[in-house]
Amino acid sequence: MSYALREAVAAIRRAPLLAALAASMVGLALFVVGLFALAAHNLSEALRQVESRVEVVAYLRDDVRNAEVELAHGELSRLPEVEQVLFVSKQEALENARRDLPDLGEVFADLTVNPLPASLEIRLRPGFRTQEAVEGVSALAGAYPFVEDVAYGREWVEKLFALRRVAAATVAVLGTAFAVVAAFIIGTALKIAIFARKDEIYVMRLVGARDGFIRRPFLLEGAMTGLAGGVLAGLLTYISFRMAYAFLFNLAWIPASWILDGIAAGALFGVIASGLSVRRHLREV
Amino acid sequence: MIHLDNVTKEYSRRGAALKDVSFHIRKGEFAFITGHSGSGKSTTLKLIHMSERPTRGEVRVSGYTSERTSAREVWKVRRRVGYVFQDFRLLPGRTAIENVAFALEVTGTPAQVVRTKAQRLLGQVGLAAKAGAMVHELSGGEQQRVAIARALANDPVVLLADEPTGNLDERATRGVMELFRDINAMGMAVLMATHDLGLVRRYTQARVLELDQGSLVYDSATAPPPAGTEATV
Repeated sequence: MSYALREAVAAIRRAPLLAALAASMVGLALFVVGLFALAAHNLSEALRQVESRVEVVAYLRDDVRNAEVELAHGELSRLPEVEQVLFVSKQEALENARRDLPDLGEVFADLTVNPLPASLEIRLRPGFRTQEAVEGVSALAGAYPFVEDVAYGREWVEKLFALRRVAAATVAVLGTAFAVVAAFIIGTALKIAIFARKDEIYVMRLVGARDGFIRRPFLLEGAMTGLAGGVLAGLLTYISFRMAYAFLFNLAWIPASWILDGIAAGALFGVIASGLSVRRHLREV
Repeated sequence: MIHLDNVTKEYSRRGAALKDVSFHIRKGEFAFITGHSGSGKSTTLKLIHMSERPTRGEVRVSGYTSERTSAREVWKVRRRVGYVFQDFRLLPGRTAIENVAFALEVTGTPAQVVRTKAQRLLGQVGLAAKAGAMVHELSGGEQQRVAIARALANDPVVLLADEPTGNLDERATRGVMELFRDINAMGMAVLMATHDLGLVRRYTQARVLELDQGSLVYDSATAPPPAGTEATV
């Protein structure tokens, strides 16, 4: 391995401009993927925040008894989809309405009877904020005889989840397209780097070097180029994030694991692209 | 040591480059392959080196046969066969000793041996003093000597040379040919392709194989020279 490492480093030293060019091409290709990841992550975060507001409200009949409320509260709280069940009494409902709708203050002041029902506000756990879970919990809550109505903003939830599906499909399609283009650019960059050294491959084959021995320094060089490109892409993405954060709008930084995955992907692409390119040259002698 | 048995090599576009060629090169033999351009000289050397495979027939080199030696195992043949070209094919941007050492390193020679052996090989070809020179600083004859040193790196049993003097002047040619003779005198077979009949004439002890349009038309080891054939001199 020491020979492979020495040769890989020596190759970069002998043609530093070519090595820098290859790493820059890899870096720019992955930078586009990084920007896309930043956008996708923030879109996902925004949707997640909206989703966190998804809740099921079960309106209770006025003649409901405390024991019945406690029973429903306990049973619904134990559902795996449910994060929290909050009982809102008629009085609390009125106070909330007064607070949330100050324009209707006079209307509320003139009331002699509180028309608002008590309710159970059911919040779902992250991961269960899906249309299926919302509908399932609504059906369960609605099955209690003392529940008059169940609301979860059907139309709103359906639109939200439709938007999520569209976003997920767009992210998958565009992400794949960007990744394929990045892989193609990385492949081309390394192909150029290896083409410049095809004479070495030729001589190695000529004098009887084993294929594995020939490949090793090139694979290592591909990994090093991919790694350098990945780090460059990470830096460029971070600089773009800071600039957007400072001058445009509030953004969330992508998870560290994504950055590490991106750098590892760069190295992996580098190894694969080098391997394929070397194989083509190995067939020539 | 090298056997070609009824070897035919056909290319899809060019047609037959060799037609039913058979000969045997013994250990320590010095032989010329002559013929016009396109007669099949280079193809013959490539078949022995196993960088080409015969369409029909069989090539055997030091126990390895073209039929049974897979692409993965071909390195074993290459280490038994040194190869020298007209255009040297040295690695630019490296010194003479680095070019020779490269051949040793990539074939797994222990690191502590590489430098001393490369230096010794350069001494053998008369270039010890120029070990540190970049290859582009060397003359054509010197570059060919480096290429020969590289070809000898893995102690082959035969040295193949494809028009090795084609790019050299008279004096450099003489030097390279003397080197081949010395190498041959140490017991290594030398098989040299050339169209320079003047050169062939000067080495009367060497065996001559003449190819014409892919066919072996003359072998000095088995037949008297055919009338009117220049290679008979």
